This record gives sequence, C-alpha cells and structure tokens, in this order.
Amino acid sequence: MTSQRRVISVTVRDEPGVLVRIAGLFARRGFNIASLSVAESEVPGLSRTTFVVDGDPRTIEQVQKQLQKLIDVLKVVDHTETSFVDRELMLIKVAVRGPDERVELRQIAQDFRARIVDVGRHALVFEVTGDEGKMNAFIDQMQAFGIVELIRTGRVALPRSGQSHTALDAAPAA
Amino acid sequence: MTGAEVLIRALERQGVEVAFGHPGGAIMPVYDAIYDGDVRHVLVRHEQAGAHAADAYYRASGKPGVVIATSGPGATNLVTGLATAMMDSSAVVAITGNVPQQLIGTDAFQEADVYGITNPVTKHNYLVKNVQDLPRVVAEAFHIATTGRPGPVLIDIPKDVQQAEFEGDLDDYDVTVDLPGYNPNVVGHAGQIRKAVEAIRNAERPILMVGGGGQAAAEQVAAFAERVNIPVITTLMGIGAYPAGRSQALGMPGMHGTVTANRAITNCDLIVGAGLRFDDRVTGKISRFAPNAKVVHIDIDPAEISKLVEAHIPVVGDLRDVLPKLEAELEPLAIDAWWEQLQEWKAKYPERYKTDKPLVSQEVIELLREATGGDCLVTTEVGQHQMFAARLFPTSKPRTWVSSGGLGTMGFGLPAAIGAAFARPGETVVCIAGDGSIQMNIQELATIAKHRLPIIIAITNNGVLGMVRQWQELFHAQRYSEIYLADSNPDFAKLAEAYGIEGHNVFDRETARALVPEVLERGGPALINFVVYESEKVYPMVPSGAGVDEMMIGDQEPDEDVEGVSA
Repeated sequence: MTSQRRVISVTVRDEPGVLVRIAGLFARRGFNIASLSVAESEVPGLSRTTFVVDGDPRTIEQVQKQLQKLIDVLKVVDHTETSFVDRELMLIKVAVRGPDERVELRQIAQDFRARIVDVGRHALVFEVTGDEGKMNAFIDQMQAFGIVELIRTGRVALPRSGQSHTALDAAPAA
Repeated sequence: MTGAEVLIRALERQGVEVAFGHPGGAIMPVYDAIYDGDVRHVLVRHEQAGAHAADAYYRASGKPGVVIATSGPGATNLVTGLATAMMDSSAVVAITGNVPQQLIGTDAFQEADVYGITNPVTKHNYLVKNVQDLPRVVAEAFHIATTGRPGPVLIDIPKDVQQAEFEGDLDDYDVTVDLPGYNPNVVGHAGQIRKAVEAIRNAERPILMVGGGGQAAAEQVAAFAERVNIPVITTLMGIGAYPAGRSQALGMPGMHGTVTANRAITNCDLIVGAGLRFDDRVTGKISRFAPNAKVVHIDIDPAEISKLVEAHIPVVGDLRDVLPKLEAELEPLAIDAWWEQLQEWKAKYPERYKTDKPLVSQEVIELLREATGGDCLVTTEVGQHQMFAARLFPTSKPRTWVSSGGLGTMGFGLPAAIGAAFARPGETVVCIAGDGSIQMNIQELATIAKHRLPIIIAITNNGVLGMVRQWQELFHAQRYSEIYLADSNPDFAKLAEAYGIEGHNVFDRETARALVPEVLERGGPALINFVVYESEKVYPMVPSGAGVDEMMIGDQEPDEDVEGVSA
C-alpha cells in the first residue's frame, strides 16, 4: 500500500499529560509524526491538536482508531477526506552580505508576502505564513543567501466553512 | 474525613469486597483507613502478585479486581501485572501512593513517575492532585475499567492528598461519570448485522472463532452456535466461553492449536470472529490465514477491526447484543459435508501422546482433569504446561480458565490462583505450573498458606525451561542455552512444607495416579511436584512465521493401524 501524508486534527480535554498520551501512542505503535501542533480551542477546557502523519491507508485508520480510544480524546477528524484550509508559520533567519542582497531579499519577501520581523547587520529574520508548498519554496529561495536557522510551527488545519466541526460538536450530550 | 478515608468509602460504594496489596511509606494513610474499613485486604508478598491476583479476581468473577501499592518500587512492581491485564482486557483498578506533591519531581525517596510509567500499560490513569477530585476519579476509574473493552486503570495518589481533609459530605457528593470522550459502542449496527446474517446464511464452510470477549457472553455464544449449527473454535482466552466437550467444539487454533481447528481455518469460507483480536499466535503468517474466507468480525473495540486480519463485515458492539440479533435471523445451516470433513479430522487427530517413556506432563494434566471431573477453576503459568493444559484440560464453564495469553507472563499462575480463590469461595482452584515459572512468584505460597486457600498447585517439573528447550531443539540446532534448572531447583515438596502447605514429590505414574485423587479429596492447599520427562514437546506446532496450514504434527500423527480412520 502506498504511503500518504494526512492532516488529522484531534480535539482533546485539557488534562495534564494528554500530550504525553498522544505522543506515547504514536511512538509505541510505530506511527510517524511529520509535525504536531497544539493550542487551546474556542471552547474553554478543550484543545485542538493538528498532526501531519505519514502512512498507508491501513496505518492511518489505526492511528485514528487508537487516538479515539484515548479517554481524553473527544474527536478525531481526518481533514484529508474533506475540504480544509491549513497554514503553517515559519521564522527564518537569513544571512545578508551587502546592500544588494538586502534589496533582493526584500523583493522576494514581498513576493511571498513574508514579513521582516528583525533586522540585523548581518542577518534578517522573516515571518512566513502559508501552506507547506509555500514554506518549501521560500526555503528554496533562501538557500542561495545562506539560512542561519529556521523554525516552523507545524501545520494547523480547519475545515472550510459550511462543514465546521466546533470543538463542542465533539462533546455528545450527556 | 481524610482523602484516604474517602478512598476507602468510595471503594466500598463500588462494591469492592477484597483488595490485594502491600503497604509502604507513601500509602500508609490508606492502610490506616483500611484498618477500620469494610474492604477486606489480602496481603501479598510482592506487588506484582497483587496485580495478578486482582486480574484473576476479575477474570474469575466478572467483578473488578483491586490492587494497592506504595510509591516507587511498590508501584513499578505493578507494571508487569498491569501490562498482563491490559493485553488480556481485564478490569483491574490499581491504587498507588506517591510522595507528597511538594516532593514530586525532586527525586525524593521512593519516588517514581508512576503516571508516566504506567501510561502505556493502562486503559487510563490518574494522578490525583486535589482531594476533592477523589470520589469522581474513583467512580470514573471503575466505569472505565469495567465497560467497553475492559482494562486496567491506575489511580496515583500523593501522600498529602491522602492526608488532606475532604470538604463536604461524601454522601451528597455528585459522582456522576461524565466522560464525553468515552462512549463504548455496545449496540451493533443494524445494517452490518444484516450483512453478517446474509454472509452466514450463504456460507458452506463457516466457523465461529471465540476469544476472551466470549467469557462475558458464554450464554449467547452457545445459543448462537447451537441454533446456527456452526463449528466453534475457542482461542486460549476463549476457553470456557463455549463448552470444550461438545461435538461442535473444534478446540484451540494457532501455534499449538488442534489439527482440526487449524485445518478448519485454512479450509473455511467464512469466519465469524467474536470477541477476539486475531493475535499472531492465533493467525500464524497472516497471508496464509484463512485464504478462502470472508471475515465477519464482531468486537466492542473498533480499533481491533482490520488491525491484523481484514474484516469484510465489521460489527462493532457487545457480543451480548449482537449474537442474539444474528441468531434471531438465522436457521440452522445445512452444512453436512463440512461437518463430515471436520468430524473426520477430529477422529483422525484426537489428543494423543506417547507414554513409552517416564511420566509426561500430559498424563499429569489428564489425571487432574479426571480427579476434578473438570469441575474447578484452572490457572496456568506460561510455557509448555500451559499449552498442554489448554489442550487437555480446557474448562467448560465461562470464567473458569485463567491464563496469561497476550503478554505470556511467567509468574502469573500462582498469584492468579489466589485471586480466583477469593473471587469464587468454596471452589477448587488447580494451578498448573512449570518448574521455571512457579519460581517467579513462589513467595505467594505464604499468602496461600495464611488463608488456607483451596488451591492445588501441580508443577510439571521437567528440570528445564521447557518451551525454550523445545524451540532450541527444533530451531536452534539443539544448542541448549541457559535452560537447565534441575541441578539447582529446590525440593519443592519441602519448600511447600516450609510454608506450612502439604507437599509431595512424585517421580512415577503409579504414584501420580494414586496421589492426585487423594490430594484433591483433601481439598488443598497442596503442592505436588511431578518430575516429568525432560524432552517432551508440544505438538502440533506451527513454527514462528509459518502459516497455520504448515503444522508440525509430531506425536499427533496417527499410527498406520488406527482403526476406523481413513487416511
């Protein structure tokens, strides 16, 4: 079976150790996480996590079922099956040698709608938001100048409007 | 009222009658509350044994087993027991003390990250930080442990929480379980049930495979099987869920399964899997498993569906709900040709072993079955004796067979006998052991002696780690690495006597025949050490990685001159 990249979002109760449960589950069942992000949702007490997972369809099905078994997990949604928007944020520090490069970098940043968030004598820090393809394209462009360091948040995802899953939807009536 | 007293009251409310455990520094407030409470405490000599006893208590009674331990080493000693319970879906509630919260994270004396360590081996676990949470946590723990697919739940309670004063009246305290992320699906989907009915109706060579999930649904399993006229295979965990002696029973499948069961799997056109997880010891090589069969898989845990064996018709639900619904739609199947084939295999390959040598384990196990009339509970350790027992002493009632299947835990059987004895007072418990595994929790002879439990411990002592020896003989060129026990085994009869338990060493079949009924008559506790033939092997055997159609039949191969058998 062919390996696929899937974006899965998981609504969890904000209990201590919930992230350890999820990360531990991935580790011990041999699932590969490409990226992971966690933050509070619009409902107090619930967090939304987004995973990017690589695996064949059977593995992905197991990932979802095993996640669903965790008591603190309320809902698991495979966004790949639906229409969704996803974004990632990257901070990237690029070396600058001389004014020409500075101008060129500003031009590229404009094209990518990246913001310059720190200006140093020998380096600029850009903030880039977008999907995975845009991140990779920007990194490609920056290789020529010299990437000093970079950090990415991992992808976050939501279904497009009209097929919303609020965190509360996940909580069935008692 | 302190947290410790709240805990004991909460256990009483859950109907807990017995708890197994061992005290220590960080759990002392709880033990102080036990001193006055209604929960009967059974002191084990090692926390691991307490966990196994609690596990067996559940398996034998269907009521959750409780084990209590202190922080650090007490709690880490539970880990094997929790993993055993997790693998075999057993409802255990473990309670551990921890160091006071202000010391957590400081590497304090007897501190361990029990919450972290037990996370992968429990269905769920808790670290209680506020005494006001205790009643709710206990209620949730029992709910989670016993519903859906059962499993162990651990509650870790720092000492300061045990000592803290609980505010309010416990009787007025709302302990409604509200777990929005936990809703086991009990009722089978009607559409899926319709598809399953259709598949069963059209099958020409169907089999029903019952696993551990059948223990709670034995009545429904028997009603379904007999109404539908379907052959029944019971896995190691399913022993007792369908009576072994009935004509529809084909025995155990898999690595040490019967010839008939494995051939039935290979030749069937439909498997109805009920409450089992198609473990690798059952399936052998997956690609050779039931190559011609459609699979109907009924299980309460959706994650088991198509995990290993692809289910063509999954039905997520409780067997007690699903099987009667299937039964109601079905007439007895007209599958005479299939039955003829199966009965021919059964006749050709009965249980057999050779006695042209010193006493063998199989004889000992048959003697025990005959002497008890099969009317007892059986616990086993893990190894050759376990497989011999599964084949020659499969019990016929649910919750009477207690054996570590998934984790294969040596050291399980003796403490399990204690748990089973407390779960079903007045019933005889036969613990079938090997000389290797009995020594992994042998200290529990003290617990058995103290409570004068009706346990007969039968050690089939071949002086080696028998199953390891078997593999070394067959697959490692007879290079017998680190398996010899005989030269340093204790005198088991004397050891039993040192604990105040009747003990016997038996070296020949005549003594064995005379002694077994006599000891069972007295009712135990007693230990009989049977010195048996060293090189006996469990057959049939499906080598690791082979298909179940690739059995080594060994001693099970019929002699040429067996009467009434067509080749």
